[in-house]
Parts: sequence; structure tokens; C-alpha cells
Amino acid sequence: MSQKILMKGNEAVAEAAIRAGCRLYFAYPITPQSELIEYMAKMMPKVNGTFLQAESEVSAINMVYGAAGCGKRVMTSSSSPGISLKMEGISYLAGAELPSVIINVQRGGPGLGDIQPAQGDYFQATKGGGHGDYRLIVLAPNSVQEFADMASEAFDLADKYRNPVMILSDGLLGQMMEPVSFKESKTDEEIEELGKQHYEWCMHPNTGYTERHHNEINSLEIDPNVLEQHVLELEKKYKLIEQNEIKYEEYKVSDDNEILCVAFGISSRVVKSAINELEKEGHSIGLVRPITVWPYPYEAIAKAIGPKVKKVIVFELNLGQMVEDVRLAVNGKVPVDFMGKVGGIVFTPAEVKEKIEESL
Amino acid sequence: MEIVAQRPKSLRDVQFTYCPGCLHGVAHRLIAETMDEYGIRDNTMGIAPVGCSVFAYKFFDCDMAQAAHGRAPAVATGMKRARPDMVVFAYQGDGDLAAIGTAEIVHAANRGENITVFFVNNAIYGMTGGQMAPTTLPNMKTTTSPYGRDVNDIGYPIRVSELLNTLEAPYYIERVSLLSVPDTIKAKQAVKKALKYNIEGKGFTFVEFISTCPTNWGIDPNKSKDWAKENMLPYFKLGCFRDKEKDNGGK
Ligand SMILES: Cc1ncc(C[n+]2csc(CCOP(=O)(O)OP(=O)(O)O)c2C)c(N)n1
Repeated sequence: MSQKILMKGNEAVAEAAIRAGCRLYFAYPITPQSELIEYMAKMMPKVNGTFLQAESEVSAINMVYGAAGCGKRVMTSSSSPGISLKMEGISYLAGAELPSVIINVQRGGPGLGDIQPAQGDYFQATKGGGHGDYRLIVLAPNSVQEFADMASEAFDLADKYRNPVMILSDGLLGQMMEPVSFKESKTDEEIEELGKQHYEWCMHPNTGYTERHHNEINSLEIDPNVLEQHVLELEKKYKLIEQNEIKYEEYKVSDDNEILCVAFGISSRVVKSAINELEKEGHSIGLVRPITVWPYPYEAIAKAIGPKVKKVIVFELNLGQMVEDVRLAVNGKVPVDFMGKVGGIVFTPAEVKEKIEESL
Repeated sequence: MEIVAQRPKSLRDVQFTYCPGCLHGVAHRLIAETMDEYGIRDNTMGIAPVGCSVFAYKFFDCDMAQAAHGRAPAVATGMKRARPDMVVFAYQGDGDLAAIGTAEIVHAANRGENITVFFVNNAIYGMTGGQMAPTTLPNMKTTTSPYGRDVNDIGYPIRVSELLNTLEAPYYIERVSLLSVPDTIKAKQAVKKALKYNIEGKGFTFVEFISTCPTNWGIDPNKSKDWAKENMLPYFKLGCFRDKEKDNGGK
């Protein structure tokens, strides 16, 4: 780990991605992720990597498809409206099982919305968004450090499962500065080795690795029986991911909890502040923070409901999206309440505290 | 006994999915023969489009990707940037390239991506059953222009080679036809040039094939060729629009 430096989330995740071996990056400018594309424009040439400003998000994600098909670590990033445009390509990446990393620095929607932080793309990220039965692995950071750490984690998961991985961040995490330290950069040799794990299936002509002449990158199976098999195989993979990769943080979860809160990403930071304030006043409030929002920590949330918990309250920067998953997890054990904020406005610790106090 | 004709090595021994009389197979063969002649099968990657040639990823015996509708030039860009040491080509129909994929082809060409795009213009959407394409001729009847293409309503057919020729970057742009034996021999020369420049790293190369669609035109294969000669060639003029090698005097 290097020394801590002060950096914006957008720049930190870009730096971390390069260190993790990303040598191809394709994107289209959009606020509030522009520092990311600009950092890549500046730094990629210095590591002999490819930076390309595509003509659209549609093109960018299809460039990712081509490069990922060659077994390379490749990334794209955008913000909400641009992520919508990438959805066709993301479905193809999932169908063709191409490891790749997509960053969404969410902003207010729907439509052009605004350029302030929001969490309105939760459904899109975790429940589909593109067409067909597929899953993205979705990581939700709540600090600049975690945003950066997730870059290498995302590439590792993408490689491990041959699946696209999304980092679901927001305009606040992208724009704010926090101290961050970085892992060692992967060497060119290490990056080369990482690519080799994909030689079995990827396009890698002329490597002398095998005798074969023909690998196909494809999501088309015209025979319904073959497509059924393919989709069922994908499902098996998704089940395995659900078994192995669920991550969450518990904050002050205990048997004394009067209320259990659930929040992901930047919202969880505000909720923590409110919990700390309430603790000073003698209240015990717990928080479960899903770190993977797909696969989702249903069991962890159910288990965290202590004997004295009167209510579970979900805090999101949308009108109630993750709350549906929390309801599934809680399964009627206690009431589930919700507080949302939209328009690109972030609730304050005082507002969150007030909401919790209503139920104390 | 001497073998005088056989399947090119760069085509796999699988059955084509094309209708009788379709010229996609001829275009495939010209590309595959050229890959054989240049000995590039082991360092070539191709892209199949969405359209009748969607299964081209099964037909060419090199690494192949299947792209979303219209996105082949973007996928090709990703592949070429990931493996600059490889020859990368995309194969597209006119709906794929000139309607839904207009942005992708224009910008790949404008960047001068070192790829080759083979463009099959049959004035119709074949795969989906004969709908109007951006290249459908004025007054031509298709299932979505049942009264004939009304240019006042939907505009004129797009001449893609001419359009790309307005850009600075492309190295080579030629329109050829597959409508006769002499034309097909000329088409082969164009394929060879395009892939030669590609191998040499010269830049973006583009070959447009004027082709037919007997099934969806509802005309038998031979008459289809005559129809295309009479109707398509006056609008889509054959010829080389750009050859920087010549323009630079071979420099
Ligand atoms: C996003 C999307 N829109 C529409 C389609 C349906 N579709 C499949 S092939 C095709 C037209 C292909 O026509 P063309 O490119 O002219 O090729 P041809 O079949 O004539 O060779 C269309 C519209 C699709 N697969 N994907």
C-alpha cells in the first residue's frame, strides 16, 4: 500500500483500475464522471494503454465487448443517461460471458435529470436494465478508498466468473476528495498472465498457445434447446456467485438495537452519522450496508434483526428501490419503513436522525 | 489428379445458411480466398453482424466475434486496439451498417481505424423478411414500403461509399459488384487491396459489394442480377473512390 493522498473518487478509481491491469478504456464524456475519463486520457498513454473517446456510450460498450473478447482487462464508465445507452451492450457482454468492468457515477433522473448525486439506477443495475435473463455483479462503494479498492476487486470478479461487473457509485463519491492509498501496480508480465487465463475461450490468434483456429465470441443460440442450456448454465454461475460473493458491512448491529437501518453507498455514510448522534443520546441503532447489491445480502439482513428491533428503516437517494429487497429479506418479521430523497439532493444526518426518532 | 478448385482453408466445413442464389457466400469466398493467399488466417479476427450473415462467425475459420446490430465497427475497434498485431475485419449488411450502425461506421472510418469493413448492399433487410433498407431504391417495393419507397417521405437511398469518402482518414474505399463473373473478379482485386493495406497497417479500408436478395426481391437469382445491374448500378456507381496509395503516388 502506498502513502495516502487526497483524491477525487473519479480519479482514484481510474488510477486503481490502471494499477489493476486495465490497459483499455473506452468512454464518452458525461457529468459527474468526467474526471474519470479525463484521468484516463492523461494516464493511459503513460502505461502504453488505450484511451479512446468513443462517439457514444453505445459504441464505447461495444468497444469493451471487442476488447474483452480478446481476454483483456477493459473498462468503461459513465453516468446514468449514458449507462442506459450501454444496456444493450451489457446484455450482450453477459450473454457472451465477457469479463468487463462498468462504472456508473449515478446522477438524478429520469431522463436528463440533473447532475447531482442519486441512487435511482438501483433497479437498472440489479434487476436487469438490458434484455434477457442475466445478472451483473454490482458493487456499491461508500468512500473514495472503497471506490478505488473495488476497481481491482471488480476485475478479479469479472475474470473469475466471466461476467460483467458494475461499480454503482454516485456523483458525490465521484466528485468528493478523500485520502486514498493504492495497491502496487501490476507489472506488464502479470497483466499478460492474467490474460492467459482466458485463452481457452477468447480470441487470441497467433499466440502459439493452442493449435486451434477458431474461438467464437457470441451470444446467439438460434436453437431454443441450446439457448435454454446456455441460459441454465448462466443461472448456475449466478447461483455460485450468490453463494460465494455476497459482501456487506454491519455497523453497531447488536441485540440491543431498537431500530435496524439499511442503506448502501453514500447514503450509508449519512445514516452512520445519525446513528452516532443517537448513540450519544443513549439509543442503540444498527446498520447493515450491502456492499454487493447483487448478489444481495438477504440473509445477513434477516439475521441482523435483533430481539428488540421494532422496525427496519431503509434510506436511499431514490423513491424506494432497494427497499423491495429489504422487504424480501425481512419477510414480515417487523415493519419496514423507508426514507428517500430525490432530485439529486442528499439527506442530512439531522433528517435521517429525525426519521429514526419517529420510531423510537 | 490436380485439384483446381476447393473450399478455401479460411472457410470452415459447415453448411451456409444462405438462400439459393444469395451472394453472401460469394463475398465470403472472396474474403476467405484472400486470407488464404496472404496466409493470414492465424492472425485474423473477424466480426459477424446482425443480418443474414449473422452466422459468419461460424463460417470463417479464424477467431470471430458476433456483434450487436450495427455495432461491428465499434467491436472491431475494441478488438484492434486490444490486439494491434492482428488483422481485423468486419462484415456488415446495409441495414446493419447504414441504418442502426451509421454512427459506428462513420466514426470508425473517421478515426482511420486500421480495420477492413466489407459492406454487402442488397437494398433490403434480408434476415427479417424484406423490409426497407436505407439503400432501398426510389419506388422499390418492400414489406415496409408496400407502395414503393417514397423519397419525399423517407428520403433517398444512402450512398455509403460516397459518404465515407467525405472523410479525411479512410485509406481505401471501393464499390464493386458481385453481379457478373468479370465484376466478381474485380471485386476480388478490391478485397485483396483492402486486406493488403490492412496488413500493412495503412488505415481504414472499405469494400462495398453490390449484391442481390432473390428471396425478398421475389426475383429468381439470375434475373436478380439483371435487375440489380439495371436498377442499382445507375444509382450506386461502381468504382474506387479512395486509394491513398495511388493518390500518394505509391508513397
Ligand atoms: C437492435 C436490433 N434491432 C433490430 C433487429 C432485427 N434485425 C435483425 S437483422 C435486421 C436487418 C438486417 O438487414 P441487413 O443489414 O440489410 O442484412 P441482410 O439480412 O440483408 O444481409 C434487423 C432489423 C435486431 N436483431 N436488433
